[in-house]
Amino acid sequence: MFLETTPDTSNYMIAGYVISFLTMGIYVASLYIRNRNLRQDQQTLEDLDRTESKK
Amino acid sequence: MQSKPIALTILDIVSVIVLGISTYLALVFAPTEAVMGDVQRVFYFHIGTAWLGLLGFIIAAIAGIAYLITKDLKWDRFEVAAVEVSTVFFFLTIVLGSIWAYPAWNTWWTWDPRLTTAAVTELIYIAYFMLRQGLDDPDKRARFGALYTLLGGISAPITFMVIRLFRTIHPVVIGNQSAAAQGGFSMSNDMKVAFFFALFAFTVIFVDLIWHRVRLGALQEQVEQLKLKLSN
Repeated sequence: MFLETTPDTSNYMIAGYVISFLTMGIYVASLYIRNRNLRQDQQTLEDLDRTESKK
Repeated sequence: MQSKPIALTILDIVSVIVLGISTYLALVFAPTEAVMGDVQRVFYFHIGTAWLGLLGFIIAAIAGIAYLITKDLKWDRFEVAAVEVSTVFFFLTIVLGSIWAYPAWNTWWTWDPRLTTAAVTELIYIAYFMLRQGLDDPDKRARFGALYTLLGGISAPITFMVIRLFRTIHPVVIGNQSAAAQGGFSMSNDMKVAFFFALFAFTVIFVDLIWHRVRLGALQEQVEQLKLKLSN
């Protein structure tokens, strides 16, 4: 009779969860950075627009 | 751009909480699968991201139809958001599947019908962003995007159905699977709790991310309009 033991595949599980959180973290960071950069652009362009209007 | 709505802030908090609970259920609450061991636990995130990845591509196709009918750019923003978030989720699905495949199939990748259609789907939507960037006119870009997502959307049901229609190594957890499938398992009640909660958690996260991406698209449009105004 065979006594099958469950294989130790925990390293793959850890790799899977690390990659999942890393990918989601990078995506959320990219959303934040793009938003911040666009806000800066918007501010600069609005300042320029105001200066142009005064002339 | 309007300030962040309170509902979105609440959704952000709920997303973090449900992600935490889902991780707990997958890593601690659900029992260890006897044949594959702990690697089976990636299945909960694998299915959670796959479900929304494919659903998002279909939502993008519907948004594309809505744009073609109404010519309202808000549908284009929604379509871009759905495609972007789904592409990220579906990338995760493929990577998690590959991690699970190695101990189960003894290979990271094989050109099985499911894996092939999944890879083609992901590439279709990566190409979507590359092609969109080549178009400067917002209307032309939106029209192109709508038609592209409409055609690309066909790949989502094909990817979903392929393991149910063809002989494949990829297991079907819900429904009848192919005789050639390897690595399948039947879910215990605790596994089902972790599984359905993961589907719910990723749905909440998906909605949250789409909302943020739509707002980003609106800001992008405002900046483009300001640039146009100043250049005239």
